[in-house]
Amino acid sequence: MSIVHNVGIADMKIAKDPDTLITYALGSCVGICVFDSKLKIGGLAHIMLPYMPSTSSYNSTKLKFADTCIPFMLTEMEKLGCSRMRMAAKIAGGAKMFEVEGESSIGNIGERNISAVREILKKERIKIFAEDVGLNYGRTVSFEVEGGAMQVRSYAKPLKIL
Amino acid sequence: MSIEKLDQLGDMYIDVLRELGNIGSGNAATSLSTLLNTAIDIGIPSVKIVDINEAACLLGGPENIVVGILAKVSGDVDAMVMFIIDEQFARLVLENLLHQTFEGCANLTQLQISALSEVGNIMISSYVNSIAEMASLKMKLTVPAISVDMVGAMLCVPSIEIGEVSDQVIFIEDDILSQEGLTSKILLVPSIESLNKIMHGLGLEVL
Repeated sequence: MSIVHNVGIADMKIAKDPDTLITYALGSCVGICVFDSKLKIGGLAHIMLPYMPSTSSYNSTKLKFADTCIPFMLTEMEKLGCSRMRMAAKIAGGAKMFEVEGESSIGNIGERNISAVREILKKERIKIFAEDVGLNYGRTVSFEVEGGAMQVRSYAKPLKIL
Repeated sequence: MSIEKLDQLGDMYIDVLRELGNIGSGNAATSLSTLLNTAIDIGIPSVKIVDINEAACLLGGPENIVVGILAKVSGDVDAMVMFIIDEQFARLVLENLLHQTFEGCANLTQLQISALSEVGNIMISSYVNSIAEMASLKMKLTVPAISVDMVGAMLCVPSIEIGEVSDQVIFIEDDILSQEGLTSKILLVPSIESLNKIMHGLGLEVL
């Protein structure tokens, strides 16, 4: 029986065929789906911010930041036998939900998240196969581990399957 | 000593924040009532200290579609304020204000969007101004921005901007109710440092 695993905010989960991973309402956050097509194992991460501050005195979860979450997910997948050579990524999110005048930093988070995710995946040598990023609307991402299809659901917009 | 973590906030401070919310929403409700020429009530404010994950689940679940109007507060206090209305409340506002038929949030016209933004602006301004006056603080507002989308995606914005790297956020949540029992909400999300300034402004020393 296939199970739907709910991935929260600043969270990451790995699942096997025939399960589905889902994360709701990505705003400026980015959802990163990575899968190994041979083993049919997939991971979905929901990051909020690009980089973990080095001087952080907060005991924040590493799953919150792209630069700490993505490598962690890849390592966890490797522990299950996945190979980096076969891993492919699909990403969604990084929107600018509000156009606040004179406050460019508010809108920038999404953009900064997207470029950090791209940079980190490149560094980890994982190719991005599909993207649905930016613009100004929220996205719910569900990721079918079996075929590696990423479904993106948004309000008042047609469903996208990438 | 000052508040450095949200779990340090004792009941007394929570009560103070609730009272602030009450004053803010009372004034905002009066503005809305005048604007729409209808009776508007307020509920009992609630103060919630939540995880980022819980924050997205407030207000009907992450995928609940709402109209959100957001402004950033600067000056003495760093905070974000959001006025959140659902489809039915939007209908009430637009039909009272514009005397136009409303065909759902997916089909808002430019005029309707700007009317809703303006209502949000009025609500947020009267809310923030009354709090600023009471706590003798300077609170400057940006021009509000509007979004019609999943509430979870919107609530991420104050969580990230104000919570930054901390894992918890404080929400002061106020219900504004119409005669028909429709609910809208004003959310105030202050930074931790700002909480200290608010308490100080009210003459309370944080112990």
